[in-house]
Amino acid sequence: MGFENILLGFQIALTPFNLSVAVLGIFLGTIIGVLPGLGGANGVAILLPVTFTMPPTSAIILLTSIYWGALFGGAITSILFNIPGEPWSVATTFDGYPMARQGEGGQALTAAFTSSFIGAFFSIVLITFFAPVLAEIALKFGPAEFFAIQLLTFSSFVGLGGGNPFKTLVAILLGFILATVGLDIVTGQLRLTFGFTGLMKGFDFIIAVIGLFGIGEILLSVEEGLSFKGSKTGMKFRVVLDTWKILPRYWRTFVRSSFIGFWMGFKPGGATPASFMSYAFAKRFSKNADRFGKGEIEGVIAPETAAHSAGVAAILPMITLGIPGSPTAAVMLGGLIIWGLQPGPLLFKEKPEFVWGLIASMYTGNVIGVVMVLALVPLFAAILRIPFAILTPLIIVVCAIGSFAVHNSMLDIWYMLLFGVIGYMFKKLDYPIAPLVLALVLGDLAETALRQSLILSQGSLAIFFTRPIAGAITTLAIFFFILPAVTPWWRKFRGSSPPATHTSQS
Amino acid sequence: MRVADIVTASILIFLGGLVLADALRLGAGWGSDGPNSGFFPFWLALIMVLSCAVIIVQAARKPTGRSFVTREKVGPVFKVLWPATASVMLIHWVGLYVSSALYIGFYMRWVGRHTWSAVVLLAFGIPVTIFFVFEKWFYVPMPKGPLEAWLGY
Repeated sequence: MGFENILLGFQIALTPFNLSVAVLGIFLGTIIGVLPGLGGANGVAILLPVTFTMPPTSAIILLTSIYWGALFGGAITSILFNIPGEPWSVATTFDGYPMARQGEGGQALTAAFTSSFIGAFFSIVLITFFAPVLAEIALKFGPAEFFAIQLLTFSSFVGLGGGNPFKTLVAILLGFILATVGLDIVTGQLRLTFGFTGLMKGFDFIIAVIGLFGIGEILLSVEEGLSFKGSKTGMKFRVVLDTWKILPRYWRTFVRSSFIGFWMGFKPGGATPASFMSYAFAKRFSKNADRFGKGEIEGVIAPETAAHSAGVAAILPMITLGIPGSPTAAVMLGGLIIWGLQPGPLLFKEKPEFVWGLIASMYTGNVIGVVMVLALVPLFAAILRIPFAILTPLIIVVCAIGSFAVHNSMLDIWYMLLFGVIGYMFKKLDYPIAPLVLALVLGDLAETALRQSLILSQGSLAIFFTRPIAGAITTLAIFFFILPAVTPWWRKFRGSSPPATHTSQS
Repeated sequence: MRVADIVTASILIFLGGLVLADALRLGAGWGSDGPNSGFFPFWLALIMVLSCAVIIVQAARKPTGRSFVTREKVGPVFKVLWPATASVMLIHWVGLYVSSALYIGFYMRWVGRHTWSAVVLLAFGIPVTIFFVFEKWFYVPMPKGPLEAWLGY
């Protein structure tokens, strides 16, 4: 096993058609990442209908390439415009924007793209080796184990996400409740429809993603008053080469940040905390700690490496367990189901060409990506100079198209607007959006796993504790759930001051 | 901020109440062959209602902070929201392409004060481009109205 599998993958990923799909995906993805209101999750969601007529492997390559592009695009806006296109790009603005202001935008961008590439590459190598092993283990999982993993997924939002744990909990539960609307597949009864036929088919999470992330984000940025004060880019080939010469000095930062990124990333919601953590660690260990925040190149390397390492790691639970690690991975998971594939450990056995094609395309996609963004930065930066009065209706129209195309339903466009307003309200009130989306995606799976477990145990919750693997995971999940409650006491006990909390969304 | 927090949590409690009522109607306990349809929603809604109650208590005990949104700021939000809603309404009658042409043109002229030539160019060009990309290349059909019918689509 192993080597011939990845070779098979490369044979698939390197066909001219799949390569051009990757190039197209990265190009579109970078534009999506640069545009305000569009990001990885809703960008992938909007373009999902386009993949319906493609072979599944090319389709997933298109979607993952959009994801890589969006990750790269976030760095461009953070550094040149001080606007984090994605939450995990926030830490990149701390030093990236000062560098750009001092005329070192080229160096900052080169450092950011190279770091992204290295972080991503690190995670891809780990996925290549770990994914088959994890899938092998997951094959032995029963419903109790799967439900325990779901619990762990959501408990880590509550315990590690920061912010008000009750609001996180409400966001998760609301997502699950929305997922139960419509036909109950087990008993065939209609639930929570209250006699409205429009509610019978339930809420599609793709529409929710487009509304919550797309429309909600636009309303928020309109309210904050969009003003792009961009710095000029001096993206010359010499600058790139000169920056590459000094980057090896920071190998420690690369290694540390990659590990942080991967470790945080394969758990949900990991990319954003990973980038902040990595930044904090880099500052702690750096000789130039006082230069952080004023334009230190290490302050760009650390968060970018970690964010991309985490972004790629989020794919791991998606392909091995069928549980996505981020909203973007959740949309891809939705794609898998639409293309007629069953996500989860069996994928490695039944569709090796799909899985290995995907893994190999992660290598090729990131190589193509780093070259493309380095070459095309001025073009992408120019997008942000498009006047706001053109950009806003354009993005809303594109969101409407994406929403309609999923089921050819007008009602979905209305839902999109509704979710947009909800997204705006929730963001203002600090209810996290990402766990809501994941809960909406995983709702059916979680409920089925819970029901099957309870049928096995004849209604006793003890099944989640008595089976060894499920027991360990459930215990960890409970620990995360109560973590926000015990942390203040623990701090008081230790007598230390609470560290600065960061916004947490990814 | 405080009022908005309390109002939002109250709305969620109301929705949670609806879910609880429907879950009880379906049966929230143990059926003949496992948990009933209402079992999962019942517990979800119950915990959600309790969490919202905690959020209301938290918000009520907090001194009034910055307001949720100021009058000057809410203006632009509605300026985006109502034309968007109107254009979605229009899709029902004239289809997506004509509706987005009108929407983009209107918004460019009204908010951006762009010149008429730019307005006409983009309001025509963008929907036509979208038509070719989605309808022709990727075979993703969009809602169409009388104009497209007249053109033979």
